[in-house]
Amino acid sequence: MPGAIHAEGLVKTFGDVRALDGVDLDVPEGTVLGLLGPNGAGKTTTVRVLTTLLRPDSGRAVVAGIDVLAQPHQVRRSIGLSGQFAAVDEYLTGRENLRMVGRLYQMSARDAKRRADELLERFNLADAADRIAKTYSGGMRRRLDLAAALVVSPPVMFMDEPTTGLDPRNRQALWEVIEELVSGGTTLLLTTQYLEEADRLAHDIAVVDHGKVIARGTSDELKARIGGERIEVVVHDRDTIRTAEEVLRGLGRGAVAIEEHTRKLTVPVVGGAKLLAEAIRELDGRGVEIDDVGLRRPTLDDVFISLTGHAPEEATGGGEDTESSRETTGRKEPVK
Amino acid sequence: MSTTTDLASRTQAPTSGGGGIRQSVTDSLVIAQRNLLRMLRIPEMIIFGLIQPIMFVVLFSYVFGGSINIPGAGLDPDAYREFLMAGIFAQTVTFATAGAGAGIAEDMHKGLIDRFRSLPMTRGAVLTGRTLADLVQTTLTLVVLAIVALLVGWRAHEGVLKALAGFGLLLLLGYAFTWIGALIGLSVRTPEAATSGGLIWLFPLTFISIAFVPSENMPSFLQHVAEWNPFSATVLAARELFGNLPAGYQAPDAWPMQNPALASLLWSALIIVVFRTLAVRKYRSAG
Repeated sequence: MPGAIHAEGLVKTFGDVRALDGVDLDVPEGTVLGLLGPNGAGKTTTVRVLTTLLRPDSGRAVVAGIDVLAQPHQVRRSIGLSGQFAAVDEYLTGRENLRMVGRLYQMSARDAKRRADELLERFNLADAADRIAKTYSGGMRRRLDLAAALVVSPPVMFMDEPTTGLDPRNRQALWEVIEELVSGGTTLLLTTQYLEEADRLAHDIAVVDHGKVIARGTSDELKARIGGERIEVVVHDRDTIRTAEEVLRGLGRGAVAIEEHTRKLTVPVVGGAKLLAEAIRELDGRGVEIDDVGLRRPTLDDVFISLTGHAPEEATGGGEDTESSRETTGRKEPVK
Repeated sequence: MSTTTDLASRTQAPTSGGGGIRQSVTDSLVIAQRNLLRMLRIPEMIIFGLIQPIMFVVLFSYVFGGSINIPGAGLDPDAYREFLMAGIFAQTVTFATAGAGAGIAEDMHKGLIDRFRSLPMTRGAVLTGRTLADLVQTTLTLVVLAIVALLVGWRAHEGVLKALAGFGLLLLLGYAFTWIGALIGLSVRTPEAATSGGLIWLFPLTFISIAFVPSENMPSFLQHVAEWNPFSATVLAARELFGNLPAGYQAPDAWPMQNPALASLLWSALIIVVFRTLAVRKYRSAG
C-alpha cells in the first residue's frame, strides 16, 4: 500500500538542466521523511511538484491518497506548505495573515478567527498578533509561516528548509514545534541541508543529489553503511603514539588511523562502551597519557561525503582531502 | 502550555466541491480585502497616485489650455479645460495598471503567490481580488480628482445620472486595464519591471488618442489610430455624458467615434475577456 506521500519517476527539466531525474519516494503515514541534499540537488523542485505548484514532465505522485496531477485541487485541501518559498504577507498582522489563510481554506469567518487565535497562542505570537509581520524577527516570521501551514491541521505537511537562516535558539524552538506536530500523527516531508536536522527529526532519510535519490534509509542505516562505531584517542605525548596504536590494534577490528600532528588515533570497534573502558584501562596501564578519548559514531556528514564525494553545503562536487590521516599497516616497531 | 492535541486536532477544511460561484466570490473578496489593507498600510502609494493626475490637471489646463484648438470652440482655455478633464480621468484610471502589475509581481517575488497556489482556492481569485482592490482605489482617486476638477472650474452639465454613467465607463476601462497589469505582473521577474512595464506603453496609448488633443489636429495615420483607440471611445463617451463638448463639435466619422458609449463598453469587455483568460492561465502555470 502506498504511503501518505508516494512519487514515482518524477522528471522535470528547466531548459537543459535536469532538476529532477527520476525521483522515487514513499513516505508511510505518520512518519517523517528528510530529503537531504545540497543546494540545487532538486529538493525544492520535488516539494513544488508534490504540492501541485509545478507539473513534472513525467512521473506520477500521490499525496494523501489523491493523484497530484489528476486532482490538484483535492490535494491542496489535505496539505500544508511552509518554508523558504511560501510566505506570509508582511503588511498584514499575524492575526490577519492566519485569518486570511483560514478563509481561503473555506473556513467560516468565525472558525478562521478562532483557529487564528489558537495558533497565535500556540506559536507564542499572541503578543505580536496585531503587529504587521514586517516588524517580526526572523524566528517569529518562520513561526507565523508554519502556523499558516497548520491552519487546517493538514494530514500531510511539506516543509522546505524550515530552519535555514535561523539562529540556533530559534532552530531548536522550531524543532520542538515540529516534533510535537509529528507526534500528533502528521506525515511530514522535510527538506534540509542540515544533517543534524534530518538526524533529529526524520524517521527516514533520502539523500538527493543531481535530481536523483542516491541513498535512503534510517539515519542509523545510512551511518552503518560507512561503518559502525570507532574509538578515538588523542594522546598527550607524541612519543606514546606507537604504544597507543598497539593497544588499539588489539581491541579494534581493522586498521588504526593515525593523525600524527593532532596525535589522534582512530580504530573501528564492535562492542562500544565496554571496549572503550578497556582501552582506557590498558592505555593507562601502559603509561600513555590521554588528552581526549571517546566513542565516535559516524555523522550524516560522513555519510553524505562518502555517498556524493562532496560536503552537503557545497553546490558542486569537490574532493575532500582535508584530512591528513593515513592508515598504518601495523608493521612499525612499537616504542616501549 | 498547550499540548500535542492542539496541533493534532483535525480542523479539516470543509470538503465541499472545488469551485462554485460562491466560493469564487468569497475567495476574491478575501483577497481584495487583503490588498485593501495593504494599500491602507502603504498610504504613500495612494498619495503618489493622486499627485500625478492633479499635476496633469493643473499643467494641461493652465500651460496648454490656450494653445490647443478644439473643433467648435477654437483656442479657448475654458473650453479646453472642459474638454481635458475626461482625458485626465481616463488616464488616471488606466494608470492603475501599473499598480496591479507591481502588486502581483511583488506577491510572486515574495512567495505569496506560491502560498495561495498551494491553497484550495478557486482559480483566478487571487487576480480577481487584486483587480477589485485596485478598482476601489481607482474609484477613490477618481472622486478626489473630480473634486479638484470642480475646483478649477470643470462641470458636468447633463445631470447626475449621466455623470455617473460617464464615471462608470471610465472605471470599467480602468478595471479592464488592471487585467493587462495582472498579466504583466505575472510575466516579469521583479516588481520594478512590472511598474515600468505597466507604464511605458500607456504613454503612447493615452497620447495617441483624443484624451488631450482632438484627433483632427493629428496626421492622418495617427488620426485613424486615435479614433480606434479604446481610450478615445471612453473619453468621448464621458465627454458626451458630462456635456463637455463644445456646441458645434462634430465627432469624427470612425464608428467608435460615432458610437462612443457602445464602443467603450465593447472595448472594455473585450479587454477583460482576453486578458483575464491569459492572466489566469499564466497564474495557474506560474512556477
